[in-house]
Amino acid sequence: MNKKNAKAVRYNKWGYIFLMPFILVYMVFQFVPMVTTIYNSFFENYKAGLTQVGPNFVGLGNYQKLFESGDLWIYAKNTLVIWVMCFIPQIFLSLLLGAWFSDVQLKLKGSRFFKTVIYLPNLIMASAFAMLFFTLFSDGGPINSLLMQIGFIDTPYKFLSNTGSARGIIAFLNCLMWFGNTTILLMAGMMGIDTSLFEAAEVDGATSGQIFFKITLPLLRPILVYVLVTSLLGGLQLFDVPQILTNGTGDPVRSTMTMIMYLNRHLFSKNYGMAGALSVVLFIITAILSLVVFKVTGNDKRKG
Amino acid sequence: MEKKRLRTGSGLSVYGRRLIAYIVLTLISFFCLFWFYVLFVNATRSNGELQSGFTLIPSTHFLTNWKNLLAGTIPVLKGMLNSMVVSTLNAILCVYFSTMTAYAIHAYDFKLKKYIYPFILMVMMIPSQVTALGFVKLASGMGLEDSFIPLVIPSIAAPVTFFYMKQYMESTLPLSLIEAARIDGSGEFRTFNHIVLPLMKPAVAVQAIFSFVSSWNNYFIPALLLHDDKKKTLPILIAQLRSADWLKFDMGQVYVMIAFSIFPVIIVYLILSKHIVQGVALGGVKE
Repeated sequence: MNKKNAKAVRYNKWGYIFLMPFILVYMVFQFVPMVTTIYNSFFENYKAGLTQVGPNFVGLGNYQKLFESGDLWIYAKNTLVIWVMCFIPQIFLSLLLGAWFSDVQLKLKGSRFFKTVIYLPNLIMASAFAMLFFTLFSDGGPINSLLMQIGFIDTPYKFLSNTGSARGIIAFLNCLMWFGNTTILLMAGMMGIDTSLFEAAEVDGATSGQIFFKITLPLLRPILVYVLVTSLLGGLQLFDVPQILTNGTGDPVRSTMTMIMYLNRHLFSKNYGMAGALSVVLFIITAILSLVVFKVTGNDKRKG
Repeated sequence: MEKKRLRTGSGLSVYGRRLIAYIVLTLISFFCLFWFYVLFVNATRSNGELQSGFTLIPSTHFLTNWKNLLAGTIPVLKGMLNSMVVSTLNAILCVYFSTMTAYAIHAYDFKLKKYIYPFILMVMMIPSQVTALGFVKLASGMGLEDSFIPLVIPSIAAPVTFFYMKQYMESTLPLSLIEAARIDGSGEFRTFNHIVLPLMKPAVAVQAIFSFVSSWNNYFIPALLLHDDKKKTLPILIAQLRSADWLKFDMGQVYVMIAFSIFPVIIVYLILSKHIVQGVALGGVKE
């Protein structure tokens, strides 16, 4: 026993050696930037025309400015609205498809084909996808031509100039990109449920609807919470699609401007104080949401 | 409406439910693929044909559009090459070092382990956008703007990939195997490279694809760092295309350019789809 311990100690220094690259790179490229980001949030530091203002220490001045100008709230609301518009159809489709794919009774043929197809949009470059939708839905674009050719509308519908349709396109695109991923996660969770539960329920005469709502859904709760929170985290990071679709303007009337687009704008105009404050706010929101994920997945003993 | 269908599904026979499932799945597949088909068709049409309306029949101008695009001002081929280099390096570094980090946590017992493991899990969720300010300042402070180094090196510390590797190791890598290698006189580094890595091949493949694709698609950070046209990656060029006065542009070229950044990924995906879909499911169950 003693000999084994000595040996273990001799080898265990390799644990540190193998950890070195990760720790070093993490410290330099993630930890240091985080500290500088927080540090910068306490300074006034921007360019007004050609004159450089600051950096001057202003304490919590940037935060005050951030919360007092109504912009943050507008953008937070936009982000949330678009996320909800995307998430509701997404979770709904994913539950339905997940239930079908994992249903042994149904024995769907070609389910591999369908899974391949629904996961495909997830891998597409979001900026290229957004550019594609921009061209397809532009005023003289193919979708308008199609709708006019089949006699659905007489004049082109300005998809990108109306709040509802602009947000709708962003939400639709995001839903399209993520529902496949969610479906596969939920399906994996559903397959993990002990099949004897379903058999017992069937023997007792439960309908497939009852089985879904009384057995599958409650047992799936941890994965559902995980999906919900990670999707919310993803929604908070919404950037590529609205940025490219609206060319960074967030039009119409800033209704599609998201939090990260706001951050990007500050970063591009080199307003480091405000960008810092906004980053810290986003960081705190992220941290709270992550803690929820951590708690949920940590407590989930069923999956071992 | 769909909910109702689910509830009343029990009233239907298995055949009825199967029929509904097939119809819905076909519809959804249509909505997933329609855009790419239109993209393909439009990439083969000339600007004049594109103005004349919508069609599902491909035309013959693909090569002309392609030549026009190459002759234009956007450095497409260079962009593709840049994207390739950055994404490939990303995939290699990310997978190799994440596996190494996971191995450190999995195979060794050291004092700081009980702090480091939860720490990595905690920082896993922090999105790169939140620290972008400090990151850009750091990169420009080191004179690394317009360089690929800040886009490639940080992938060594990828908590998500690490976590996947760690989970996979727990199920496939018995410690007794490492012990046996030691008895045979294999050094720790050699054991990792020649025994552990080959055993992890399925997980390595899946994660290499994921980190390649996410780097290929990455827009936010590269757009803040790369200003030189010769260094720009594809997503930045696409954004540039968007901010150009696109109405004056030859739309055929726009579609070819989009097709050019989307279709390679689709082709690779179709070849490897089996492993990718399984990989996602695996990550989900073990999460």
